[in-house]
Amino acid sequence: MEDGHQETAPTTRIAVRLPGRSPRARATERVIQGFLTLTLLSVIIPVLLIIFFLATKGAPALNWAFITQDPAMRMTAGGIRPAILGTLYLVTLTTLLAVPIGVMAAVYLTEYARQNALTRAIRLAIINLAGVPSVVYGLFGLGLFVYFMNFGTSLLAGACTMAVLVLPLIITASEEALLTVPAAFREASLALGVSKWQTIWRVVLPTAMPGILTGIILAVARAAGETAPLLFTCVAFYLFSPHEAFSWLHVPAQVHDALFNQIMALPYHLYTISTQVPKAPDTVKWGTALVLLILVLGMNLIAILLRSYLRRARRW
Amino acid sequence: MIGTMVEYSPMNPRPAILMLPDETAKFRVRDLGVAYGGTPALRHVTINLPDRQITALIGPSGCGKSTFLRCLNRMNDLILTARIAGKVLLDEQEILGNQIDPVELRKRVGMVFQRPNPFPMSVYDNIAYGPRRHGIRARGTLDQLVEQALVQAALWDEVKDKLRQSALDLSGGQQQRLCIARCLAVQPEVILMDEPSSALDPISTFKIEELLLELKAQYTIVIVTHNMYQASRVADYTGFFLTGDLIEFGPTVEIFERPVDQRTDDYVRGRFG
Repeated sequence: MEDGHQETAPTTRIAVRLPGRSPRARATERVIQGFLTLTLLSVIIPVLLIIFFLATKGAPALNWAFITQDPAMRMTAGGIRPAILGTLYLVTLTTLLAVPIGVMAAVYLTEYARQNALTRAIRLAIINLAGVPSVVYGLFGLGLFVYFMNFGTSLLAGACTMAVLVLPLIITASEEALLTVPAAFREASLALGVSKWQTIWRVVLPTAMPGILTGIILAVARAAGETAPLLFTCVAFYLFSPHEAFSWLHVPAQVHDALFNQIMALPYHLYTISTQVPKAPDTVKWGTALVLLILVLGMNLIAILLRSYLRRARRW
Repeated sequence: MIGTMVEYSPMNPRPAILMLPDETAKFRVRDLGVAYGGTPALRHVTINLPDRQITALIGPSGCGKSTFLRCLNRMNDLILTARIAGKVLLDEQEILGNQIDPVELRKRVGMVFQRPNPFPMSVYDNIAYGPRRHGIRARGTLDQLVEQALVQAALWDEVKDKLRQSALDLSGGQQQRLCIARCLAVQPEVILMDEPSSALDPISTFKIEELLLELKAQYTIVIVTHNMYQASRVADYTGFFLTGDLIEFGPTVEIFERPVDQRTDDYVRGRFG
């Protein structure tokens, strides 16, 4: 206590008896718990229903031919091989384009940029970008990638458009992940005479990897499922798969062809057979939807397994 | 120890801030001042820190001792609002200016922090981290460096069978010695320690103190501590800081048993802080 500021001790103490927990309080607790359980179920049940319907209705269509053959008889029979391949190519290329740019942007924003009006404006722009309707991205991609950059209607133009669409997801998730890396790790590395970039590359990014993967999971699922950005930039109504004999010599030309040709994509294929092909049997539609779902869940599962492996290997 | 030859007496009183000869100093600090966003944290500190001795810095929270420590390896550079004035010479070289690369400086001046902060990697990778970043790739050399650092940090016997296990599975005291080993693996000349045992139990603290006494044969050690017994047990010299000023600096025994400044006397006798 400071000198000259002595308090006089209170002469009487008051005693308060705190009341016990009333039955009403207990009831409230139960009602809240019940309500929260209900909300949880309202989230889970639709997901389970979707999977259940797709599985029961689509399963009859699923067989080896369905996923390995081209569509036949004006899309009313045969398989969906080109659409599966198209979606796989698209998602892979989108990820290859968006992940490095997105993660590096997040590194810049969290590790290098000073926190000022400019960076706040950049963050705001990124958040707003996430809210832009996907068809607007499609038009943007048509203008920038298809015409201005002269990629034509192609896999490359579609993947670039899709990469722009998923960038905000990756940047925001990566930023969050980088911010959770303890400052003590950065200090420890810098104090060993390790440069800032080396510290980020060797300590910060690996530690943030599980969180970054979460962003990538969201991005992959989005890229696999979106249709609108592809409408004007890369999808075709129908393509058949090339059946040339494989040769390493042809790989560069084939890669070039693949990048600059149109693709089929599962979500768009589903749209066309549902609306443009009157005689397409329902099993083909459900089957296509089921394949799309399995593809997305499968890719997510890989990322989730990788994430939990990394979490176990590098927990702190 | 330098300075013990002198007999202080009423006729020959000890100066509050002892100026050790320049030749024996690892760091020569001249008129060092630091302010964070306009608020002064350290004012006009002039001091010589002796080579291959342990110097303890004591004082209540917020007195500037950690700020002082972080000037010696330029860790204050990371705080954007910090403004630093004055001069610090490591051997003959000015280290506050632009002539020196702070990244290179930190190889020579290592640091151990208050809370053990091993990386979420294996024991081996933690120790090898520094050497690897500085370009050592040869497996054999790395193995030798890791073993040597762990032996020096008195941790080898405890971890030699679990080099591949996560460093986070070690106890707090082991983790802190691991951090010391990680620092030693870069082969610095100076080790700065910011309250290295304040998060540890007494036995781990004792082990760290023993370790410091062994390390001072080769390294200049500057240690910030809240624990005055620790300062009196390990330090050859002690400096007392209060509200951003260096109040007193001299041989540890003198500071604790015959402080010349009333404020030092109050602090070491536990009257405040």
